[in-house]
Amino acid sequence: MRSDRLNRSPMGLKIAAAAGLAFLHLPILLIFLYAFTTEEKSYQFPPPGLTAQWLAVAWNRPDVWAALTLSVKVASIATAMALVLGTLCAAAVSQTRFFGRETISLLVILPIALPGIITGIALRSAFSMADIPFSFWTIVLGHATFCIVVVYNNAVARFRRISGSLIEASMDLGADGFQTFRYIILPNIGTALLAGGMLAFALSFDEVIVTTFTAGQQSTLPIWMLEELIRPRQRPVTNVVAMVVVLVTFLPILGAYYLTRDGDQIAGAGK
Amino acid sequence: MTAFAEPLVLPERRGPASRLSDFFWRHPHLLLTVLLAPPLLWLGIVYLGSLFALLLQSFFSIDDFSGLINYEFTLSTYRQLLSETNLDIILRTVLMAATVTVASAVIAFPIAYYAARYAQGKWKVLFYLGVMLPLWSSYLVKIYAWKLILAKEGILTWIFEKLHLIWLLDGWLSLPVVGGNSLSVSYTGTFIVFVYVWLPFMILPIQAALERVPGNLIEASSDLGGTPAQTFRFVLFPLALPGIVAGSIFTFSLTLGDYIIPQIVGSSRLFIGQAVYAQQGTAGNIPLAAAFTVVPIVIMGAYLFMAKRMGAFDAL
Repeated sequence: MRSDRLNRSPMGLKIAAAAGLAFLHLPILLIFLYAFTTEEKSYQFPPPGLTAQWLAVAWNRPDVWAALTLSVKVASIATAMALVLGTLCAAAVSQTRFFGRETISLLVILPIALPGIITGIALRSAFSMADIPFSFWTIVLGHATFCIVVVYNNAVARFRRISGSLIEASMDLGADGFQTFRYIILPNIGTALLAGGMLAFALSFDEVIVTTFTAGQQSTLPIWMLEELIRPRQRPVTNVVAMVVVLVTFLPILGAYYLTRDGDQIAGAGK
Repeated sequence: MTAFAEPLVLPERRGPASRLSDFFWRHPHLLLTVLLAPPLLWLGIVYLGSLFALLLQSFFSIDDFSGLINYEFTLSTYRQLLSETNLDIILRTVLMAATVTVASAVIAFPIAYYAARYAQGKWKVLFYLGVMLPLWSSYLVKIYAWKLILAKEGILTWIFEKLHLIWLLDGWLSLPVVGGNSLSVSYTGTFIVFVYVWLPFMILPIQAALERVPGNLIEASSDLGGTPAQTFRFVLFPLALPGIVAGSIFTFSLTLGDYIIPQIVGSSRLFIGQAVYAQQGTAGNIPLAAAFTVVPIVIMGAYLFMAKRMGAFDAL
């Protein structure tokens, strides 16, 4: 039997935990305040006044829209590629045993375990050696490489939970491999793939380090922001874009969480 | 009654898809090859190929006069890497990575411990999302937020002024090494942003390790007369250590390779990531840039080897 006293947390721990969470969240909340400041030239706090005019200014900026469109395009295609490759890899690793299985998991994780700058510069020098000009597709190629791991992690966790007898039963009842995949496996792994895809999208949408090496003249939204960070020219517009980015990335994370919360491994734990 | 019994083995199915599927069933190795070929071609050739090509370049050198790469095996690039200025950069980065790791562990522990042991139901979800959302929210936005906070006219200065503690901030900024003109151009600023951005990577593995510590172990320790400090020192900390080491892999590796944070918030002195970026970009010295990337790879290799021996991978 447990006493109540032991189950109650010490005051100091409570305060330290709350302070830690506040440290994680307050800076992001501050972005929301700055998006409405009337101050244009500096990061003055407290803001001298509040206004919503920057929302309209940012809305009418073609360069922001161009960057946003490019980011969404890159993230969609990279996610689609990662979904195919990650699922294939997960299916092979979890449904069969073969020599070198462990190595494959390591290989999949490597692009995200090594610092992004190494992945970036390696791809860049490979492109230049192969005389491939930088384009939309070189960005996609880099992104898909490190997005595979998130899809793979989610799919592997779900594949482990599908019992082999389900698949055997389907085969015994006369379904061929494709039918089994369509009617048995896909409904079971569907939500995991959706969650993995959402996380891959979020990861690609936000990626900047590899992108700086694999993009030519084009700028994705993070590259646009990076330029504003290094040489601030349009502070109010940057504030608004930052706020929108925060809101946009929260949605896939919450979605992925609700899709996989009953699972043994929750999506995103292995970014 | 029919004259013939149904055959035991079903007749061959119709349609190319079915026949293909039967073929794979009879040749499982072929199926495996088909499944694995696309991802392996991608990762093995595109990714590993680029990586090896890069490492190979570190054994070439650059011609000082023409600026072209001299494709002959040489160790001179590594000799250049070990010059005093470059060693300074490496040492500075490793020191920063170490301090960031220790600070993240200290801040992460209470959050992870509370979430693992005391948070129930709704609170558990809140803690989980409370760590997940900052982890996944945009890296650049997080840095941008800190640029707003650390600016001379920003919120931190304002708070210190309101508390009449501005002398404390000024005193800290006047210190050598950690100080500077304002927090956003000092090592202190770089350090704070690093800790902030990598903190969730530390919380998750520590929490995973602590979830596995049975509550009655802690009760047993206090029943046997251990003070909370002793319980922490001899029971909790050793059991959480694999989680801390697992988290430190992330914080250490990410700090070693980052070049954006020190560029935006920090002094003008370079970190490894910035050196790599400068060498491959403006200087056009790919061999030296490649040699620089070998440093984090070697350090992380050694680190991972030690972590594996401490059982950190079970906590991931």
